[in-house]
Amino acid sequence: MPILVIAEHDNQNLKAATLNTVTAALKLGADVHVLIAGAGCAAAAQAAAKVAGVTKVLVADAAHYEAQGAENVAELVKGLARDYSHVLAPASSAGKNMLPRVAAQLDVAQISDIVGIEAADTFVRPIYAGNALATVRSADPIKVITVRSTAFEAAGEGGAAAVEAIPAAADLGLSALVGREITKSARPELGAARIIVSGGRGVGSGENYHALLEPLADKLGAALGASRAAVDAGYVPNDYQVGQTGKIVAPQLYIAVGISGAIQHLAGMKDSKVIVAINKDPEAPIFQVADYGLVGDLFELVPALAQAA
Amino acid sequence: MKILVPVKRVVDYNVKVRVKADGSGVDIANVKMSMNPFDEIAVEEAVRLKEAGVATEVVAVSCGVAACQETLRAAMAIGADRGILVETDVELQPLAVAKLLKAVADKEGPTLVICGKQAIDDDANQTGQMLAALAGWPQATFASKLTLSDGKASVMREIDGGLETLSIQLPAVVTTDLRLNEPRYATLPNIMKAKKKPLDTVKPAELGVDVAPRLSTLKVAEPPKRSAGVRVADVAQLVDKLKNEAKVL
Repeated sequence: MPILVIAEHDNQNLKAATLNTVTAALKLGADVHVLIAGAGCAAAAQAAAKVAGVTKVLVADAAHYEAQGAENVAELVKGLARDYSHVLAPASSAGKNMLPRVAAQLDVAQISDIVGIEAADTFVRPIYAGNALATVRSADPIKVITVRSTAFEAAGEGGAAAVEAIPAAADLGLSALVGREITKSARPELGAARIIVSGGRGVGSGENYHALLEPLADKLGAALGASRAAVDAGYVPNDYQVGQTGKIVAPQLYIAVGISGAIQHLAGMKDSKVIVAINKDPEAPIFQVADYGLVGDLFELVPALAQAA
Repeated sequence: MKILVPVKRVVDYNVKVRVKADGSGVDIANVKMSMNPFDEIAVEEAVRLKEAGVATEVVAVSCGVAACQETLRAAMAIGADRGILVETDVELQPLAVAKLLKAVADKEGPTLVICGKQAIDDDANQTGQMLAALAGWPQATFASKLTLSDGKASVMREIDGGLETLSIQLPAVVTTDLRLNEPRYATLPNIMKAKKKPLDTVKPAELGVDVAPRLSTLKVAEPPKRSAGVRVADVAQLVDKLKNEAKVL
C-alpha cells in the first residue's frame, strides 16, 4: 500500500519540513503520495509534484481548508487513510496539532517525532527531552507518524507526479481563525537555516539582543533563535525559542550567545553539526556540548566576531 | 460551568533520567515524581477561571497507578475542587488515556477540558488532540491566552512563525503552552485543605475502556554523546577554527 504525506504549505509554496517528511516516507519503500489541503492551493500542489520520489499529489481545494484547521483537515485525512499503510506529517506545530486527531479517529496509536526508521513498523523516537531514544513497534494496521525534520535530509527536486483533485470533506464548522501574527523576517527560517545565532538571558535585554546578535546574523546569513529564558523575559517572541518545547534545530553551525545550556535548551540544538558557545561564565553547562567555547564579555566578543567572520 | 483538567504523574523536570543497563527503559525507581509542568499550567488556568467567576467547578483527573493520588492532591492544593483517579497498573499510552478521559467527560459533562500540551516523559503531544477528536469537539492547542465568552473560547496559540487566534465552540479541548500563566506555589493551608477534598477512584473496566498498549517498546538507549570540544583563546582563533577545521564558515 502507498504512503501518504500530509504537506505543510501556505497555498503557494511547500514548507521545508514537508521535504524531510517525504524522505522519511521514501525510506518505507512504497509509493509516496502527498496531500495538499488548502484554498487556492494549485501552486503548492505543483511544487509537491516536482518533489523527487513523489508519485501522486492529491489536492483538496476548498474554502474551509484556507486556515488548514486541525478539525477539518483531520476529517479529510481520516477518509483517505484506509487506502494507506502509513500517514506521515512533519512534527511541526501544525502537524503536531492535527495528526493525533487522525490517529484517534482511526483508533490507532500515533508515533510522535520519529528520528529513525528501523522497519516499516519499527521507529526510533526521543523521550525525556532527548535524554533517551526509544525504539517502538506499532501493532496497528495504519501507522500514523510525525517526523522530526532535522533527522531526515530534504527530498530534492526532479519529480513529475500526477496531480489529482479530490473532493473536500464536510466543513465541521467547529473553529474559526480570527487572525495570525506572523513574524516577518528577511532571515532564513529557524527550522531550515544553515547557521543559527541564538541568544539567552546573558544578553540582558531585548534591545541588547537585537543590537548584539542581528549584525552577526546578517553577516553570516543566519537565522536568529533564543533560549526559553530569553523568550520568557520578553526579549524576543515565542517563535524564536529553541528547545524541548520550542523548535528542534540541527544547523551546520549553532552559535549560542549568553545561553547557560539548560537541559531543555540542549534538547533542541544538540544535533547541530558544530556548536559554538560564547559565555562569560566558564562553568556554564553549554560548554560541555560546545565544539568551540569562548569565555568572556559578550558585548566585546560578539561584535568582534561579526567583524572578523 | 465545569472544567476538567487531566494531570499526569511524571519524573520531576529537574531529574536527569538514566537509561537502564538492560535497555528496557529509563530507571524511575526512587526518583522524585511530580505533576507534569504543562498540566500544572492547566490547573492554574482552570482555577483562575473559577476565581474570576467564569467556571463553577474544577475537576482534576489522573490516569495511572495508585500513587497518582499525590498528583491529584497537588492539583487540589492549587485549587481544583475534587479529583478522579482512573486507577490501573497497565502502562498507559496517549490513545488509551484519551479514551479514559472521554469516558470521564461523558459522565461529568464539562464545558471545557484544559490539558498540558505534552508530558515531559514520553513527549508525545497527543492526548488533548485525541480526546477532542473522540468527543467530536474543536481544539486549541499550545495556548498562550484563553478567554471565554458567549459560549465560545477565544484562544491565542503559539504556532511556527508567530501566533494565531482561534474562536472555537464549546465544549472544547485547550492545551497549554508555557506562556499561558505562571502556576502559583501551593500554600501549606491549601495543601492541608486539599487532603480533605473528595477523591473518587474508578477502574478502566468500569468505564468500558480497553487500555491495552498499541506500541511496544523494543529498546531504550542513550543518545549519542556529544563531547566537550576546546576552549579558544580569542575571536581570531575561533574564526580560524570555524573556517579551517570545522569548515562551516
